[in-house]
Amino acid sequence: MHIVVCMKQVPDSAQIRVHPVTNTIMRQGVPTIINPYDLFAIEEALRLRDQFGGEVTVLTMGPPSAEDSLRKALSFGVDRAVLLTDRFFAGADTLATTYALATALRKIGAEFGAPDIVFTGKQTIDGDTAQVGPGVAKRLGFIQLTYVSRINSVDVDKRLIEVERRAEGGVQQLQSRLPCLITILEGVNEIRVGSLTDALKAARAKLVRWSAQDAGVEDITKCGLRGSPTIVKKVFAPQPRAKKAEFIELGDKPGEALVEALFQRQTNLESALEKLARGY
Amino acid sequence: MSNAPKAPAAAGRATTKKELPEHLKSYKHVWVFVEQERGQAHPVSWELMGAGRTLANKLGVDLAAVVIGAKNEQTQSVLHEAFCYGADLAYLVADDLLKDYRNESYTKALTDLVNLYKPEILLLGATTLGRDLAGSVATTLLTGLTADCTELDVDAEGSLAATRPTFGGSLLCTIFTLNYRPQMATVRPRVMPMPDRVEKLVGRVIEHPLGLVEDDIVTKVLAFLPDRESSKSNLAFADVVVAGGVGLGSPENFQLVRQLASVLGAEYGCSRPLVQKGWVSSDRQIGQTGKTIRPKLYIAAGISGAIQHRVGVEGADYILAINTDKNAPIFDFAHLGVVSDAVRLLPALTEAFSKRLSPHQRDRLAS
Ligand SMILES: Cc1cc2nc3c(=O)[nH]c(=O)nc-3n(C[C@H](O)[C@H](O)[C@H](O)COP(=O)(O)OP(=O)(O)OC[C@H]3O[C@@H](n4cnc5c(N)ncnc54)[C@H](O)[C@@H]3O)c2cc1C
Ligand SMILES: Nc1ncnc2c1ncn2[C@@H]1O[C@H](COP(=O)(O)O)[C@@H](O)[C@H]1O
Repeated sequence: MHIVVCMKQVPDSAQIRVHPVTNTIMRQGVPTIINPYDLFAIEEALRLRDQFGGEVTVLTMGPPSAEDSLRKALSFGVDRAVLLTDRFFAGADTLATTYALATALRKIGAEFGAPDIVFTGKQTIDGDTAQVGPGVAKRLGFIQLTYVSRINSVDVDKRLIEVERRAEGGVQQLQSRLPCLITILEGVNEIRVGSLTDALKAARAKLVRWSAQDAGVEDITKCGLRGSPTIVKKVFAPQPRAKKAEFIELGDKPGEALVEALFQRQTNLESALEKLARGY
Repeated sequence: MSNAPKAPAAAGRATTKKELPEHLKSYKHVWVFVEQERGQAHPVSWELMGAGRTLANKLGVDLAAVVIGAKNEQTQSVLHEAFCYGADLAYLVADDLLKDYRNESYTKALTDLVNLYKPEILLLGATTLGRDLAGSVATTLLTGLTADCTELDVDAEGSLAATRPTFGGSLLCTIFTLNYRPQMATVRPRVMPMPDRVEKLVGRVIEHPLGLVEDDIVTKVLAFLPDRESSKSNLAFADVVVAGGVGLGSPENFQLVRQLASVLGAEYGCSRPLVQKGWVSSDRQIGQTGKTIRPKLYIAAGISGAIQHRVGVEGADYILAINTDKNAPIFDFAHLGVVSDAVRLLPALTEAFSKRLSPHQRDRLAS
């Protein structure tokens, strides 16, 4: 079985700061990590390989520095890492991203064997759209299984797969066919600590590094900023409310004082709360 | 190289609006995909009808509901509701193959409708179903999709201005899909207010066939296991919500939030770090990657008010914030602020509320 995991290197964005005057993002010195949601995809892929044999390839589109995350993935025991990097990819929105990734996935299929399953994480913490998985599936003509919480069975010979998928108000049990693209739900497994051998291999491994041309991109205008139908016109800090909060001092009976202050300002609140507190 | 929200560097290029290509000029009207799973319309669809109404009025076009489902009474009743929530007309694909949501069949139904009837704006709920569908449809149509918007508007030239939080950080960005149609956007449940329902008769309905047989659809639904009622929290729809953050200091102190919520008959919630620490379960997280709430009263204790939290609570009628730092960002959008140690104030508040609201609660608390 050949499994490919799409993963992204993201800024550890809890630490991103905004310049107070120019309102631009200060990316310098922000550490990067593997998108946390993608770790579940990597682990699920490794488990399937351990069970059925075969290979796991990880693929990322990103700047040359994304190599760090690929090596990290190799240290978990992934067999092969592909870095898709080219200035033509810069500024891609989801549609342009899926064009590049799907092109690279076809090339991976041609070079290393057709993928049976492609995994993505549920979403990234920087783009945060949860759309790249579905987009890649569509472009490859793969069946798409999103928000998968459990893979119940895979029959490689019959090309069948059964999964559980989080839906609104319940869980769908689905039977579908390989090849498919699965976006995996968070929390379904825990990424392994790689073996020492894998850690050593990871440090020395040769990555597969492809430019747009290497990957077989035919139409460069479909990549990056040029290939992106969405355009960011304005980036801005949220407006403070016209008025800041009214601060109150509470004195020596703080509980009573605060309840009183609330009910004075929100006159309907007391009766509403009385009803709620009685369980209506 | 980021996804949807791009670096501000794009701004220079973006302000030059090109003329819409000829074949896209006929795209008109605002559509809302009405999501139903197993015969139940999702409330987010009606919230979108409210937002869609404003857009349609500004553009001077129609607001249409798109209803896709089994050929049965439930689908008919969802169709009727769509008119009660403001649809001028509806597009309907009704076929028993559409009883359960499946990506293949729903993508076909919706893309066929778009290609045939050409809307300029298409809105979907950012639910598991809506996101699954929107990604496929946008890629099939090769158009732009802005996910998880918190604000929708049209600019002076009639383009959809979709605003969403970005960079997982303290910023919002406004995104346009200038030279492609339809302009697609998803919005999470409870982000837009619920419009009033006005009883109406079913109006103009344009029906379109699905054009598939079961053998055309690869994926089969073996079973649907509904969530147990008891395991669902009512956080998104609660009238009063009490939440705690990192400032509480320990999981034991989080009990103080639960106790206040219990006395108030409220739901409790938390900021994201408490979920990551394992103090509170993930269905209690409030914010951009958690639940959006619209209570009458929101009490936030020991929460700093980061943008990802803020976008989840801004729909609250009244926000009371308790924080030791008078410069905490939460005071920028709270209505009432107390600079104080929440660990000490919460028990006092719980006691004061219970005395005031119902004497028997106080007895229970004491015993
Ligand atoms: C992609 C992404 C998505 C995110 N999604 C969400 C989300 O959905 N929801 C969410 O909440 N966050 C989310 N976050 C995290 C968010 O950026 C903040 O890190 C988080 O909201 C901070 O939580 P906090 O306010 O509890 O903690 P902190 O920011 O650490 O604030 C603690 C506050 O407590 C105050 N304090 C300390 N001691 C006391 C005391 N004794 N009494 C009272 N106050 C005290 C401090 O002054 C401080 O203001 C997301 C982040 C990213 C990158
Ligand atoms: N640049 C990228 N390279 C490889 N995989 C990506 C990239 N961007 C997104 N993905 C994958 O798509 C998923 C959803 O991303 P998003 O749509 O940005 O939320 C992520 O969890 C990744 O698995």
